[in-house]
Amino acid sequence: MKGEKKKVKLIKVNLDKCIACRACELACSAFHAKPKYSSINPARSRIRLVMDVLNDEYVPIRATEYTKSECVGRQIFTINGKEYSECSFCGASCPSRDLFREPDSGLPLKCDMCEDELGHEPKCVKVCTVGALVYEEYEEEVNEEVKEKEKQIALEMGLKSLLDKYGAQRLLDNFVRMSRKG
Amino acid sequence: MRCAETGYNLEIDLSRGSIERVETDPRLTELHLGGQGTAAKIIWDRVPPETEPFSPDNLIIFSSGLLNCTPVPGANRCIVNTISPQTNLFVNSMLGGYFGTEMKYAGYDRIIIRGKSPNLVYLWINNDKVEIRDASHLQGKGAMETQGILQAELDASAQVAAIGLAGENRVYGASIEHASSAAARMAGVVMGDKRLKAIAIRGTKDINVAHPIELWGLCEPKYKSIADDPENGDPMRLDPSNDAWHMENFAWGNARERRRGYFTEDVYKNDVTTTDKARLRWVGCYNCPKMCKQMLELEDGRKFFTKCFNRLIYMMAAYVEDFSFSYEMLARTTQYGMDGFATPQLLAFAVELYEAGVLTNEDLPDFPADNAERFFYLLDITVRREGFVGDALADGVYWAARKIGRGAEKYDHNTTKKVEQVPLKLGKVNFPYYLMYATGEKMSITQIEGSYPQAPEPDLEKRKKLVEGWEAAPERFKKWFLEWEPRVDPSIEESVNITDWNEMMHYVDDSIGTCAWLSSFRGQFGCRPAYHMYNLPEFISYASGFELDTDKLWKIAARNRTLVRAINNRRGLRRIDEAPPADHWKIREHEKEQAYLDGYYAFKGWTNEGIPTKETLNKLGLDYVSEDFIQRGILTSDGGEIREG
Repeated sequence: MKGEKKKVKLIKVNLDKCIACRACELACSAFHAKPKYSSINPARSRIRLVMDVLNDEYVPIRATEYTKSECVGRQIFTINGKEYSECSFCGASCPSRDLFREPDSGLPLKCDMCEDELGHEPKCVKVCTVGALVYEEYEEEVNEEVKEKEKQIALEMGLKSLLDKYGAQRLLDNFVRMSRKG
Repeated sequence: MRCAETGYNLEIDLSRGSIERVETDPRLTELHLGGQGTAAKIIWDRVPPETEPFSPDNLIIFSSGLLNCTPVPGANRCIVNTISPQTNLFVNSMLGGYFGTEMKYAGYDRIIIRGKSPNLVYLWINNDKVEIRDASHLQGKGAMETQGILQAELDASAQVAAIGLAGENRVYGASIEHASSAAARMAGVVMGDKRLKAIAIRGTKDINVAHPIELWGLCEPKYKSIADDPENGDPMRLDPSNDAWHMENFAWGNARERRRGYFTEDVYKNDVTTTDKARLRWVGCYNCPKMCKQMLELEDGRKFFTKCFNRLIYMMAAYVEDFSFSYEMLARTTQYGMDGFATPQLLAFAVELYEAGVLTNEDLPDFPADNAERFFYLLDITVRREGFVGDALADGVYWAARKIGRGAEKYDHNTTKKVEQVPLKLGKVNFPYYLMYATGEKMSITQIEGSYPQAPEPDLEKRKKLVEGWEAAPERFKKWFLEWEPRVDPSIEESVNITDWNEMMHYVDDSIGTCAWLSSFRGQFGCRPAYHMYNLPEFISYASGFELDTDKLWKIAARNRTLVRAINNRRGLRRIDEAPPADHWKIREHEKEQAYLDGYYAFKGWTNEGIPTKETLNKLGLDYVSEDFIQRGILTSDGGEIREG
């Protein structure tokens, strides 16, 4: 079955090339300020350089999904003799920490690849002159069968969680009410 | 709404334990542009000449440059000002890295520290929450080690500036260390005297800019153009030919000997292999695409950063022909918190005193025979003020020579205004340099020189090419440079103008926080600095909202420069103090030098004693200085000078 194509956007990170200038954070916060570029604040940036200058560790992390609860992952990684929790390099905006939350409101932040900047690479990449961040775009064929199957699985998972939470009768009542409204 | 700046100072009194957040007057920023300019005004107002450097009333001010935290690439400097116990004069010092920017994100343009704590303390500034905390657990800890301990205790994202053992022991050459950067030139000793071990900052606030689209439009292309431009950044970062130049033209030992032809193939290999093996990474400062500093790691895991030419200078000062010795010294001095410019000179001076018999085995028990071991020995006793010699050396070359006596004074041949200078010993007087050494108040030529080339370009075609794209230069300098032939002294008019332009650019950088490697120091090599008097007004205006053009910017720089001079005049600085090291040049022309100095004072509108006249001061809006000068009898009531006798 012939599938449609979708554009995949990607930022590749080369940790070895990072020079710790944090221009990525500055540019991101400027771009997402309202009005655009009117203020700078790395705490609002959707990319953060997690760094330990004294141990030569610099890891740019982009904000991914919002999660309303902490995950159960509690693995400990040892890199060059120093221990890191699984959280250390996670991009999720989650209740366990302040990272990727608006400093004032606490609302979650998520990288949007600077989408309203049509035809341009994201700002963090633009100002990363050393190539630690590299933007890539490619087209991926979407297999319709797989897509349909994925949709069905997502639907069933959603319904199952609603059934578990509210019970069949309440779910049905609401479904009927909302269907009538059109 | 304030733009580019936060509009607040953080005032700390360590004697009382008080902490205040004080709103500032925006007009002061328009007059001085923040950074060192505004700090000089505060020191003028609040540190009268009667205040001794070690008095609790002395201030130490950490200022964030006006353009820090705006999108202007390379603006990140934190300027540190105080009054030095070594000179009794104004201190010009600065940090790169992230400290100045974090301060601003925490909501402060500067931290003003007065008083003296009874016990060792550190400051923890977490946005609006500011605490003076006990630092007894940090006593004796290394300056870098302290940064790591506080980050682990407080917040991994906190930025920390700390002194090491040298600062704690009030060693005059103590530095303040932060990440890849260090505040040298006599700042750490005052921090130590105030019993302030460290300042840790975490900031998550906004910095606003006045004309966002315009400023971003100017800055975005600048990242790439600066990154790609070989005429910007530190040329010493990885260029063996540059190492060769410094090792063959700067003097070895106690600033005594130039070693032409030293940098052989073997030295080159030692340089490259030792450094490559130790290097973990090249790094930049905040929001700068240049990577001027490198982190090195020794085999035992100790890590440190190299900056500028400090990786060459220890081996040269000690006559130890191995780069790994310099790296060992850097690993130790970074933790001790010792100035990379003054320390090698100080230790070489002590070795020379020993070799000359001025210091004996009685003064230095078990003094080693090996040059490297001697440096380690002397460093340790200096940092700990151990014994008579250690205690004397801890006050720097000038005072050590006088404390030791026994003829030690004549070995103090490379200080100006009581401060150790780069070990340069040259042939014939270079008159603009004579003026910069003589009249400079930043105590290091690297903080004064920089916009106009040091020497003429012999090839006329190359000269023309340099001048053609020289956007940084006012027209008159282009003409002078085009006409400047080898072995011809620039005239008095040219020399005073060159000195003036060079120093003005530094005064601009020190206010707005831009790195000298992109502007004030860099133009002299290649004539293509990223920032200069003609493009900076636009950056500053777009960021701050102040209306500014080149003339106004020049006037602000002149105001700041004059205010620093006035602070020092009031503390006793006069013409007699304005002399380069006596043997800086082999052949001196005293009469001609004095004529140039007269010319410089006249150009600046200063009296024959080097004091700005009432007219000069008032033209710069420094009426309060002229009034004070007249009241104190530094100027006569008609604005002229009072002559001694």
